[in-house]
Amino acid sequence: MTTAPYPQQYTSPIPVRRAHLGDALASEWTKIRSVRSTMWTLGVMILLMVGVGLLSIVAINATDSDLGPESVLSLGFNGVLLGSICVVTLGVLTISSEYGTGMIRTTLTACPSRGRVLAAKAIVFFLLTLVVTAVTAAVVAGMQTAMIDSGSAASAEEWVRATIGAGLFTAVLGLVALAMGALVRHSAGAITIMIGVMLLPLVAGMFMSSLPKVQEFVFQYSIPSLLIAFYSDTGLIEGGPHGWTPLWILSGVAAVALAGAFLATEKRDV
Amino acid sequence: MIELQGLTKRFGSKTAVDDLSFQVRPGVVTGFLGPNGAGKSTTMRMALGLDHPTSGSVRIDGRHYRELDEPLKYIGALLEARGLHGGRTAYNNLLCLAQSNRIPESRVTEVLELVGLSAVTRKKPKGFSMGMGQRLGIAAALLGNPQILMFDEPVNGLDPEGIHWIRNLMKTLAAEGRTIFVSSHLMSEMALTADHLIVIGQGRLLADTSMADFIHRNSRSYVRLRSPQRERLLDALHGAGLTAVEAGDGTLEVDGATAEQVGDLAARHGITLHELSAQRASLEEAFMRMTAATVEYHAHSATVPQWSKEV
Repeated sequence: MTTAPYPQQYTSPIPVRRAHLGDALASEWTKIRSVRSTMWTLGVMILLMVGVGLLSIVAINATDSDLGPESVLSLGFNGVLLGSICVVTLGVLTISSEYGTGMIRTTLTACPSRGRVLAAKAIVFFLLTLVVTAVTAAVVAGMQTAMIDSGSAASAEEWVRATIGAGLFTAVLGLVALAMGALVRHSAGAITIMIGVMLLPLVAGMFMSSLPKVQEFVFQYSIPSLLIAFYSDTGLIEGGPHGWTPLWILSGVAAVALAGAFLATEKRDV
Repeated sequence: MIELQGLTKRFGSKTAVDDLSFQVRPGVVTGFLGPNGAGKSTTMRMALGLDHPTSGSVRIDGRHYRELDEPLKYIGALLEARGLHGGRTAYNNLLCLAQSNRIPESRVTEVLELVGLSAVTRKKPKGFSMGMGQRLGIAAALLGNPQILMFDEPVNGLDPEGIHWIRNLMKTLAAEGRTIFVSSHLMSEMALTADHLIVIGQGRLLADTSMADFIHRNSRSYVRLRSPQRERLLDALHGAGLTAVEAGDGTLEVDGATAEQVGDLAARHGITLHELSAQRASLEEAFMRMTAATVEYHAHSATVPQWSKEV
């Protein structure tokens, strides 16, 4: 009785070609711009950076402080440090929200190459946060330069470091968060871990006076210490990485984290 | 065509899918039946390349899922768990899928219309009812106009109108020559939609048969009789070429005749009947018998579930 009708097999009228990274990028761009968490995290980041920037202008002008040899651009650090928490949150959510909603199954059904999905997410997120952070940092720095008379004039290189440099550093930090989101697959868990990674070593370091070597290492290499190098030649304390080195260090960490995330997503069932 | 060969999946010491081999052919609706926890969803996830098989393989038209160029144009799937982002509009949920497989954007509007969600394209699925969510999932499955459709428990949580709609949709899609693979734990549902039937229990294949065959073999209809004049009744039945089987509690079961025929026969011979009823073993019972040994989570209440007798 297995003689059921056997009509001609149907084929999709939509022509099939080989999908590539470009298609995945278009898809991920639609995803990241169509959820509210992107607007929230980046919106809050812009508010924090602009708000902290304005506060510093008010504070400096009200107290007539002298910045000495530093340029006004060094004031940008606090805003970017706070803003990077938002970037980290978005980085985690970019991938963990897919696990939270079950969307990941649909995503991987549409694009079975998990490496391609991860790469597309990383690229879209990286470019978006780089542009938003760098532009906001530039706007804040411009306001500060125009409204504060103190401090030395900033060189072109200092401008590049305080805008594009800070943007790159923040976006790469976001990539570490994205990798963490892929590894942990749980939004709150991954965000907590990332904020811990960013802030805990520095806080713990303050209570490590009995271990001067460890304390020195932490003060030189914690995330805020690496970021401050973009605003000051000395960094948080003497002897830490300076110039563009902090960016290369963090990029190395991001590369390892992303490789781990790739291996994990490749191997795991979803 | 979906082809499984010795497909096996173990989670630790537990075997979820155990050496499954079968084919799902185009042009018909193939029902994938098994009790909860039988391994249906795991099998479907492996077909879609989401879970890695421990051993064996599952191929789509001869290729592994991961080798398909733009998979949504070959196969569309509705998985049991909601697979879309609740905070992204229905339209954008489908748009990002379409883009990843280079499906024209016009198709997004088209499938939303097809499933009756035109009015809520700019709404977010988190506010959708169960039925609307299910329809959106089906729209996603149909996006690439694929030749194979896989539905995991599509009628779960739907109202009668929604169930009716899905049944007809599956039949229409199959009639176009597509391969339809649909899982359920309800025999009665399958009897109405599926042409072919694959039954599994505890990950093992229990049956791979056409629906007609399954019904033919498993839904015996017979007439139940009770009479104080047993011997005379037996003689009369014998004389009419009918065989009666004793069924305990003093009743007789007669195969191959209608209740009317048997009643008329008794009247002609002046035999008193205390009971005369047409009986039919339900497909649900046949399915439960088949899977009884493999049901993983038995309810511990002493009552036997009363399924509908008619299928």
